[in-house]
Amino acid sequence: MGALLLSLRLGLCVSAILLVIGMPIAYWLAFSRWRGKFLLESIVALPLVLPPTVLGFYALLAMGPHGPLGKFWLQIFGHGLAFTFPGLIIASVVYSFPFAVQPLLVSFEHIDRRLLDASRVLGAGRWRTLFRVILPLSLPGIITAAVLSFAHTLGEFGVVLMVGGNIEGITRTVSIDIYDHVQSFEYAEAGRVSLILLFISFSVLALVYGLNRRAWSPWPSR
Amino acid sequence: MNPAILSARIRKKLHAAGSSPFQLDVSLEISPGISILFGPSGAGKSTALDCIAGLLTPDRAHIAIGDLVLHDTEQNINLLPEQRRLAYVFQSLALFPHLTVGENIAYGLAALPHDECHQCVKEIASDFHVEELLNRKPADISGGEKQRVALARSLVTQPRALLLDEPLTNLDAQLKTSIMNDLRDWNRARNIPVLYVTHSRDELDTLGEHVVAMDHGRITSEGLPRDVLDAPRSTRLAQSAGFENIMLGVVTELREADGIMRVQLGLACNIEVPLGHSAVGDHVRVAIRAGDILLASEKPRGLSAQNLLEGRIVSLEQRGPLVIARVNCGALFTVHVTPRATRSLELAAGKPIWLVLKTYSCHLVND
Repeated sequence: MGALLLSLRLGLCVSAILLVIGMPIAYWLAFSRWRGKFLLESIVALPLVLPPTVLGFYALLAMGPHGPLGKFWLQIFGHGLAFTFPGLIIASVVYSFPFAVQPLLVSFEHIDRRLLDASRVLGAGRWRTLFRVILPLSLPGIITAAVLSFAHTLGEFGVVLMVGGNIEGITRTVSIDIYDHVQSFEYAEAGRVSLILLFISFSVLALVYGLNRRAWSPWPSR
Repeated sequence: MNPAILSARIRKKLHAAGSSPFQLDVSLEISPGISILFGPSGAGKSTALDCIAGLLTPDRAHIAIGDLVLHDTEQNINLLPEQRRLAYVFQSLALFPHLTVGENIAYGLAALPHDECHQCVKEIASDFHVEELLNRKPADISGGEKQRVALARSLVTQPRALLLDEPLTNLDAQLKTSIMNDLRDWNRARNIPVLYVTHSRDELDTLGEHVVAMDHGRITSEGLPRDVLDAPRSTRLAQSAGFENIMLGVVTELREADGIMRVQLGLACNIEVPLGHSAVGDHVRVAIRAGDILLASEKPRGLSAQNLLEGRIVSLEQRGPLVIARVNCGALFTVHVTPRATRSLELAAGKPIWLVLKTYSCHLVND
């Protein structure tokens, strides 16, 4: 059960962090007129195609005692970053990045630009327009982003194994836990945990698809 | 408060989809009251409005309302849209779908205390007859109601000027008139400049006191609706103002003393038109309304009209209460006649006919 709780904790942290850093990036990608923005888009989508082990390998190098991230962390906290829970969070944030940014980007891009113009002409600055128009109209996309990055983090294996190792209570997430059970022929235990994970993943995806079908969208369709 | 004039001199290079880039270069002086900016689609009308509202940045401009400068390239002034206090109603209206009608109207009043805001919303809602709708969402109200809400939302902010981008184009005439009357009533006390953009000539007669016609980014004529419609200066404008005959010709003779010149249309069709800035041999375009041409079954005599053309009817086509005749007089003319006239003259395809055309029904237009 400890592994499942650890995974849930990791998923919540990652999806919260991704919302905070994903939103300005998606906003910029949606509204910037810079021609080179496809470069940033490609970087954002990179974790979709890279094998988790490759990503994990680079993450491990960066977090190691000689890596830039690891050195920085060592100076501030007095210990390394690899094989710790914060290290796991950082690697997972990178790994789930596209799952947060894409839904946000799509919903920002779908907002009628004239609504934003109307808001400005009616005296609202950029911030008020963001909070009164853009964010409310993007609510389905924001929920999708949060849920998908949560679910994706829950199911990750390769990256966690590379940068987290397999330390019980600290970095042994549920997917690694299941792997361990299978390795030691504890099929009943593996099955139980797998079923829970399956149930959580299905519920979460049903939520997203239901939302995108506007089955219970917060705003009536136009 | 003195009634302030909206003045805008705007230059901006436009990259219209599907056509070569052209320069928007207009100079507008809009007095308090309703003025109409008229021209075919793609003429640059909406771009001009976007520049005035601050949503687009012109290459060079001086835009001001009274003494207040909104944009000046030389002085490096460019107020943000939210600082200009203009009202702008878009063609799509752009009502916020997630807010109720009441919240939409109150959107521009964020700075007011709650009670005052509520009072303003109530007043403007009653001016534009939408007080019953305040708790509904935009998706649940009719097209005409949406237009009223959009107007109320823009005007509740006490704007310095109102910009309207074809907001009423899709409404029937009666609804349009009633909404415009509400707008006139509202503006009687405030007296702000209202600039109404349209490409539909039907709207000119019903709406405007003052018309500015533009095409290809330039102002082509200005004045009362009749004057602008009757003397279009460009082919595209003539087409949208309902000139069915726009023909290419060559100037054959200038008679400056009489204020006329002779133009040959097609191979052998010579007509007399008002004198223009042309020389013999110049190519000109002549625009003539199909309804300004008379038909006669025999050669008429004793007419003031100077153009009598002999020809043959090529085809007749009935469209509702109108018969469209095509007549070949060496050049092909489209003529509108009534079904009754068609019967009494016994018009039929192939029949010889005379065309009667007043000199001043022929208008010279540029490309």
